[in-house]
Amino acid sequence: MNCIVCIKQVPDAAEVRINPETNTLIREGVPSMINPYDMHAIEAAIQVREKLGGKVTVITMGPSQADVALREAISLGADEAKLICDRAFAGSDTWATSYTLSKAIGKLGFDLIFCGKQAIDGDTAQVGPEIAEFLDIPHIAYVKKIEEITDKSIRVQRMMDDGYDVVEAPLPALLTVVREINEPRLPSLRGKMAAKKAVIEKLDFASIGAEEAKVGLKGSPTQVRNIFAPQANVNKKILEGTLEEQVAVLIEDLRGMKCV
Amino acid sequence: MRININKDKCSGCGVCVGACPFNSIEIRAGKAEINESCNICRACLNACPEGAILEIEDGATAPAADLSAYKGVWIFAEQREGRLASVGLELIGEGRKLADIRKAELCAVLFGATEAEAKELIAWGADKVYHATDPILDKFNDEPYAQAMANLINEYRPEIVLAGASALGRSFIPRVAGKVRAGLTADCTSLEIDEESGNLLQIRPAFGGNIMATILCPNNRPQMATVRPKVMKKGVHDPGRKGEIIKVPASGLTCRTKVVEIVQEASECMVNLQDAEILVSGGRGMNGPKGFEMLKELAMLLGGAVGSSRAAVDEGWIPYRHQVGQTGKTVCPRIYIACGISGAVQHLVGMQSSDIIIAVNRNPEAPIFKYATYGIVGDLYEIVPMMIKKIKEVKG
Repeated sequence: MNCIVCIKQVPDAAEVRINPETNTLIREGVPSMINPYDMHAIEAAIQVREKLGGKVTVITMGPSQADVALREAISLGADEAKLICDRAFAGSDTWATSYTLSKAIGKLGFDLIFCGKQAIDGDTAQVGPEIAEFLDIPHIAYVKKIEEITDKSIRVQRMMDDGYDVVEAPLPALLTVVREINEPRLPSLRGKMAAKKAVIEKLDFASIGAEEAKVGLKGSPTQVRNIFAPQANVNKKILEGTLEEQVAVLIEDLRGMKCV
Repeated sequence: MRININKDKCSGCGVCVGACPFNSIEIRAGKAEINESCNICRACLNACPEGAILEIEDGATAPAADLSAYKGVWIFAEQREGRLASVGLELIGEGRKLADIRKAELCAVLFGATEAEAKELIAWGADKVYHATDPILDKFNDEPYAQAMANLINEYRPEIVLAGASALGRSFIPRVAGKVRAGLTADCTSLEIDEESGNLLQIRPAFGGNIMATILCPNNRPQMATVRPKVMKKGVHDPGRKGEIIKVPASGLTCRTKVVEIVQEASECMVNLQDAEILVSGGRGMNGPKGFEMLKELAMLLGGAVGSSRAAVDEGWIPYRHQVGQTGKTVCPRIYIACGISGAVQHLVGMQSSDIIIAVNRNPEAPIFKYATYGIVGDLYEIVPMMIKKIKEVKG
C-alpha cells in the first residue's frame, strides 16, 4: 500500500494576534509546527502501513524551512518526504495549491492519500477534496474511524453535523481525517536518527509538469484583500452584592425575558 | 501582482518578519527577503517602518474573463433524509439581499427531496429552484453532487454561488470549484457586495478566529463561498410567494463511494445544539465530567441544551458533538451561559453573536467577561446550584 500524506507547516494559530492600532500581525515568538490535524493523518497512514505493508511518503508545499516539518514526520515513522518548493508557487490560494499538490502526487504514484481535515492557519478544509477532484479519485472528508481496509477498498466513518455516515470507497482514494481517528505517536529514537539522515527531495515547478497559468498567484482565483482584528461588541450589565443577590437579579431578568 | 522589497530602503530591522502570517519573510545578509510561501496577503505592507515593502503590479494576474456573462445569485439548499437543513434557509435570507442589490434572480439548487421542499424554498424567498431528483442524489455522495452542481453552473452561469459551511457543503463544494475553475472562500461569516463591479467581499475568520480576512475573487466567475451556519438570518416565510421550479436532469452522474449506513446521534438533551434557544456550556473550569450533570439539569430547567469548550472535549469530559467554537459548532442562542470557560478566541468565534451571554468564572480577568452581558465572578459549583434552586423557586 502506497500512502501519501499531505502536511502543512503552520504557526500556532492560538498565539497569532493582530495589533488593532496598526492592523498588523503580531507573530513574534510564535512557534511553527506540523498542522495538528496532519499529525493524525500521518498516524493513520503509518497504521495502514503496519497492517498492509508498503510505504508512507509525506509531502508538503512550502518554503525551504518546511524541511523541519518533513523531518519531524520521518521521526514519527514516515519512510520518505518530498518538499514541493518553487518561487512560482507564491501566492497560491486553495485552487492553485490543490492543483500543484495533485500534479506532484500524480508523479509519485499512490493508493491512498491522507490529509488533515483542515489547516489551523487558513481553516479552509478545501485542499483535500480539491486534490481528489484534480486526481479524479473519490474522497471521504471528516473521517473519524477506518472500519476496514484492504488492498482494493476502504470502509470508514465520516463525521456529519448530526452524527456519522458509514461510507465505502474503492482505492485509490483520498481521506481527510479528524482528531477522533487516532492518538498520534511520539517520535522514536530510531525515527529521530532516520530524520537526521533523510535526504529530502525537492520538487520544483519544472519537475511536476504543471501548467504555468494554474499555479501561484496567476493560478489563484481568490485574493486576500485585507486582514483585521475581530471586534468585540459589548452590552454589559453589572451585577452587585453577594453571590446569592447577583443570582437573584439575573434570574429575575431572565424571567423578564420570558426565559424562565 | 507581487510583493517586493526595496533593498536600498530596507534596514533589516525584522519587523516585517513578525508581521507575516505565513512565515514568508526572512532576514538574509541584513536585508528582508520574501520566500516561496508568500500569499500576497499584504499584511507586511503597513508593518515596515521604512516603507520599503511595496506591492508591484507586474501584469501577472490573469486577464478578466467575460464577467458580464454571469448573472444571478445561487444558493445550495442541502437536505438530509428529505429534510431541508436550516443553513439553506439562512442562505436564502442572505442571498436575497445580494440578489436585490445586483437586481438579479435568487435561485436555489436542491438535490433529492420532493417538490414540497422545493416549494418551501420559494416560500422562504427563492425566485427559482433547480431541482434534481435521482436515486443517486438521495444520500450524500461527493462525486454526483459535485458533477450535478458543476453541470448546472456551466449551463446557467451564476455570478455568485453560496453553500452552507456544513460537513456536507465543505466536503463537496471544493470539488465543484475545482471543476469549474472558480474561486472558493471557506466558512464566511459576513458577505458584502461591491455594487459596481459585483465583486463579493467574503469576510471570514482565520488563524482560529484570531484574525479576520476579506477575500475577493476579481477575475473569475462564479464567485463561490461556503457560509457558516447560524450566522446569517433567515428571511420571512411567505407560503403564498410565487416562484418557478425547474426540474433538471440528473443523467450521466457517476459515483464511486457508497453510503452504507447513516447514524444519527442525538445530543444528550432533547434539543439540537444549533437549534437551542438557550445553551449552558462548560469549560476547563468544570474540573471533570461530573459537573456536566449539573449543567444538564440547568439546561433542562431552561428548555435548552448543553455545550462545551474545546478544553472540556479534549479532556474527554463530554463528546465532541457538544463542542462550540472554531473547530466545533457555531451557535447563536438567545442566551448562552458559559460556566468555567475562560473565553479563548477559538471559543468566542463560535458563540459571540448570542443575544445574551452570561459568564460564570472564578477568574475576574478571564476574557469571557469582556463579551458577557452578565458576569458573575465565583465558584461555579456554588453559583450554578444557586441558579437551579432560584429557577425552581420561581417556577414554583
